[in-house]
Amino acid sequence: MATISLDHLTWMYETMYKIRYYEDKMAEAYAEGKNPVFNIGAGPVPGEMHLATGQEPAAVGICVHLKKEDTVTSPHRPHHHAIAKGVDLNRMTAEIFGKVTGLGKGKGGHMHLFDPDVKFSCGGIVGAGIPHALGAALAAKKKGTDWVAVAFIGEGAANQGAFHESLNMAALWNLPLIVVIENNQYGISVPKSASTSVPSNDIRAVAYGMKGYYVKDNDPIEMYHVSKEAVERARKGEGPSIIEIETYRYLGHFQGDPEVYRDKNEVTLLREKDPIVRMRQILIQEYGIEEQQLIELENKAKQEVEAAYQFARESDYPEPEDALKDLFV
Amino acid sequence: MQKTKQRLLTGNKAIAEAIRLEMERDPNVFVMGEDVGVYGGIFGATEGLFQQFGPERVIDTPISETAFIGAAIGAAAEGMRPIVELMFVDFFGVCMDQIYNHMAKIPYMSGGRVKLPIVLMTAVGGGYSDAAQHSQTLYATFAHLPGMKVVAPSTPYDLKGMMISAIRDDNPVVFMYHKTLQGLGWMDQLDASVGHVPEEAYTVPIGKAKVVREGTDITIVGIQMTTHHVLEAAKKLEQHGIQAEVIDLRSLVPLDRETILQSIKKTHRLLVVDEDYLSYGMTAEIAAIAAEEGLYDLDAPVRRLAVPDVPIPYSRPLEQFVLPNADKIFHEAMKLVNE
Ligand SMILES: Cc1ncc(C[n+]2csc(CCOP(=O)(O)OP(=O)(O)O)c2C)c(N)n1
Ligand SMILES: [Mg+2]
Repeated sequence: MATISLDHLTWMYETMYKIRYYEDKMAEAYAEGKNPVFNIGAGPVPGEMHLATGQEPAAVGICVHLKKEDTVTSPHRPHHHAIAKGVDLNRMTAEIFGKVTGLGKGKGGHMHLFDPDVKFSCGGIVGAGIPHALGAALAAKKKGTDWVAVAFIGEGAANQGAFHESLNMAALWNLPLIVVIENNQYGISVPKSASTSVPSNDIRAVAYGMKGYYVKDNDPIEMYHVSKEAVERARKGEGPSIIEIETYRYLGHFQGDPEVYRDKNEVTLLREKDPIVRMRQILIQEYGIEEQQLIELENKAKQEVEAAYQFARESDYPEPEDALKDLFV
Repeated sequence: MQKTKQRLLTGNKAIAEAIRLEMERDPNVFVMGEDVGVYGGIFGATEGLFQQFGPERVIDTPISETAFIGAAIGAAAEGMRPIVELMFVDFFGVCMDQIYNHMAKIPYMSGGRVKLPIVLMTAVGGGYSDAAQHSQTLYATFAHLPGMKVVAPSTPYDLKGMMISAIRDDNPVVFMYHKTLQGLGWMDQLDASVGHVPEEAYTVPIGKAKVVREGTDITIVGIQMTTHHVLEAAKKLEQHGIQAEVIDLRSLVPLDRETILQSIKKTHRLLVVDEDYLSYGMTAEIAAIAAEEGLYDLDAPVRRLAVPDVPIPYSRPLEQFVLPNADKIFHEAMKLVNE
């Protein structure tokens, strides 16, 4: 098996840990003001909230190979991608709290985070980010750079017309596009088997004339290797790829989801195979990293997250009339 | 004396009951959409139907709106009566070609020979910080395009009666329901989201507005959620000695001009309130009708209150700034009666 540098390994671990901690804190913040009666519009973080707890490997396994100039588009479940791409954590959190210091001055919210400084964007319309990444890949090629574009989507989004249209164009024009499909087994309540005609989406790559990869068991190390090849190929002008990763959604589709469509045991079993716990063991046992070093990384990640939440909470709300600004630049 | 206790239902249960009754009556009626099965629809509009009718008639689709809304057209042309759900109206962008170039135009282009008895039902509305891509109503976007009836009922009674009318209609009907009027446990709890609904099947006509409060001093037209805001404002106006007549539009297409014109003959003042964008919208349409056909009945220029022309922002103070509410309606009405 190919090797991984210790830097990459520890970055992946630290980032997964950070994402997990971030999402756990978000679940808490989201619940504030929604007790004892849940009301989606109440509390410091209102609206829909789609958390990525359990899906960390997809984000870190590929973002570790990306640079600032590479583009990432993300769907309605965006926090893990944003964190792995290096989005400003303070401003991202402030945005989710609806504050004027947020990435979009409070206009966007959790599903609409834009950080042009690190070329990150996301959106609430399933499948819509794929053509945006396609366009970024087109621009990268036109400019003669080796930049790549990554579109993260859920397995449900692979049945949108935008998926098909974009992949055909990406292959036709030989663009540096990588579509990462996070197969967390569900699109809201609908299991993949009830929505998708093939067992996994990487085999659809054949239909477009591109390369398809499959990563099983939510494995960050395997995701690392597969992504490395896909990114290197894209940078060298060797064309687009699809990567499907088997991953897990520990929480409901959104916070407050009654989850009537799945057995409560399912999540308990999934959590037993937790990728962060597994990676921690691997780092210690196979790579000989001292536990103390990991604890330091964990503490650093926690502090960064705590600081972001503090920043968000202490920031001001926008002035109501600001609603009328920014329509045109 | 009332001898039977009035049965109360939430908005979502009223819709689901209408669909159930029509599915029992007519085997050609079936439902397709995302999460309409076991989940019962994200906003509960198909609650209990999967359990009763099974996966053959209550079909969970992939996230492929162009395909399943297009398929409703094909199935309707074969004599089926599909009800398709577009989960949030905001998602119309991915499938609008099927809706406006095909569903809305085929009956006309075929010289009336192809019938498309489709109900396209969809959730609208904001106010709970779901931001720019999940909070619109887009009433006028659909109403602007000829060939679709467009309804937006505001009470459980009308939701049921108009759903039954929509299913029985041989034309495509866009059936918009307001999320916060569904009476769901996880949203704001509004009295208006619960109401008396008879158990049997009944129809409420499409294309007929309703005077929900009589008054003499000002006519205020609302639709769906804004109707309830207007009623609240009317109470406050009454405390200031002003009697507002309140019209619940209920249908955007066909539009009941007559009820509006009759009312302004009586009140001579018109305020129109909408949860859609201001420009080129429903408020403009009604103002134009008043100008064209009722100008001499008016004692003052028409006033409009709607979402200023910006996307719905996420942050609560921003969103509250752009959405109409009872206070804003009260102030607009006060300005108008003092003109
Ligand atoms: C065009 C469109 N259709 C439907 C929705 C509603 N919706 C939001 S997320 C979602 C499920 C997405 O499933 P998947 O792509 O697997 O992502 P996951 O939520 O599992 O991360 C649906 C149907 C939407 N936002 N946009
Ligand atoms: Mg999924």
